[in-house]
Amino acid sequence: MSQSSQSIPGFLVVTAAFVSGFCIMTVEMLGARIMAPYFGGSLSVWGSILTVFMLALACGYLIGGRLSARHPSLVSYSLFFLGAAGMCLPIIFFADEIMRPIFLAFEDPRYGSLLASMFLYFIPTTILGMISPYSIRLLVENSHHSGQKAGLLFFVSTIGSAAGTLGTSFYLVLWFEVNEIVLGTAGALTLMGALLLMVGITGKEKAHAKNA
Amino acid sequence: MRRTRSPVSIVFIFTFGLLLGWQAAGAEVLHEERSLYRDITVTQEGNRRCLVFNVHRGDRNQTCMNTANPERLVFEYAKMTFAGLLLMPEPKRILIAGLGGGSLPMTLTKLYPETRIDVIEIDQAVVNVAKEYFDFEETENVKVIVNDARVYVKRAGLLDQRYDFVILDAFTGDYIPEHLLTKEFLEEVRAVMTPDGILVANTFSTSRFYDHESATYQRVFGEFFNFKLPSSGNRIIIAREETLPARGALMEVARELAPRVERFGVPLLEYPNRLSTRIDWDMSRRVLTDQYSPSNLLRDN
Repeated sequence: MSQSSQSIPGFLVVTAAFVSGFCIMTVEMLGARIMAPYFGGSLSVWGSILTVFMLALACGYLIGGRLSARHPSLVSYSLFFLGAAGMCLPIIFFADEIMRPIFLAFEDPRYGSLLASMFLYFIPTTILGMISPYSIRLLVENSHHSGQKAGLLFFVSTIGSAAGTLGTSFYLVLWFEVNEIVLGTAGALTLMGALLLMVGITGKEKAHAKNA
Repeated sequence: MRRTRSPVSIVFIFTFGLLLGWQAAGAEVLHEERSLYRDITVTQEGNRRCLVFNVHRGDRNQTCMNTANPERLVFEYAKMTFAGLLLMPEPKRILIAGLGGGSLPMTLTKLYPETRIDVIEIDQAVVNVAKEYFDFEETENVKVIVNDARVYVKRAGLLDQRYDFVILDAFTGDYIPEHLLTKEFLEEVRAVMTPDGILVANTFSTSRFYDHESATYQRVFGEFFNFKLPSSGNRIIIAREETLPARGALMEVARELAPRVERFGVPLLEYPNRLSTRIDWDMSRRVLTDQYSPSNLLRDN
């Protein structure tokens, strides 16, 4: 049985949306820095990164929306955070291994950077994109309020994105190494996921107890 | 009724008027263009023709040419670059990152007609402007490659290309391409240098950034020559893998070469005494790496 919406703390979902918005833009801002050693700092490198992020988010919205239609639960929701955290790790540990063969195979840095962005960022960003529609589903109690809740979530996650962009480009790069920041992002997603999982499991047990 | 103006507004109007007048009366604009990377302006004032990037943000001349005597270098830093010749008097293959108006490759090819010169410039528009307004020409031995210097150098290393004279001149004054100032990049540059090859980098001499940059060069090359003149806000770094020559040896080369570079306005004989290996930076500053390179932020602090 799926959880009833009433048992899901709205504040938690809103916080989670903020965290995911923050993390998406942190990784995106660092994207160019990570790829510059192989593909340079030309405009086309930014073009590749933004394209891949947009495509990944588009796919994530679609998949997340579909998944939210069947048995939405905090437990499944938490798995998106844990999955995205896991998929950030290759950016830290295998970036060179991924970029080197692409650099060797493609003389033109435009296509090289596009392909490298695809391999590095597509999967984690898709998973992060799934969070948005799923959050809406968890928060919406009836169709009358759906627009209002969706608006609130877009607001919060976009504010998170703004904070992630500013924080990363103004301060984090001054204080930490790139890999440390990506690791921090993965850590934040893991913590958020673990919290959601805990609340999700206890919520389920309570629901079971009530039913029994 | 006459309005009285506050002293503040008078100062403001005066300053603004000065700025406007200086721009309008002084220099005639020959060409304006917005490229992918910057606003490019070519101005002429008397015999002085200048290439200016991002006029609105602070009017920095990238390069200037004396149209009455185009051979003579105008900027101090351009002349200072030739101090590199003291360590490598007969370069066979030269790599220059950053074209500007093309004064460095044009001067070098006049000095060494047989030497192959590869110039890497990220902005096609700069190449066009250099050709049209600054007498820059591609020849049999002078080639421009439109690419990011980092990408070019990495690939050149894999293709086993070697240069005995590398010039890094890719900083525009108000923005540092951060991936061109990391330990990893300098190691890639070192990999395309011949064992006795030298690196000449044109960079800034101010701010906290100076310490980080110096620490980075020292990490990769060990001791290097720091070349500053009181008349210039730039500094030139001259580095190589081998140990640096003694001042006497530099002076000897300078005496030999000075007559050849005189027509370009380079006072080579004054340079050997200005090359310093003294550590005048805070050695505890962090080395810039691909993982940590907030150069533009460090510069503003």
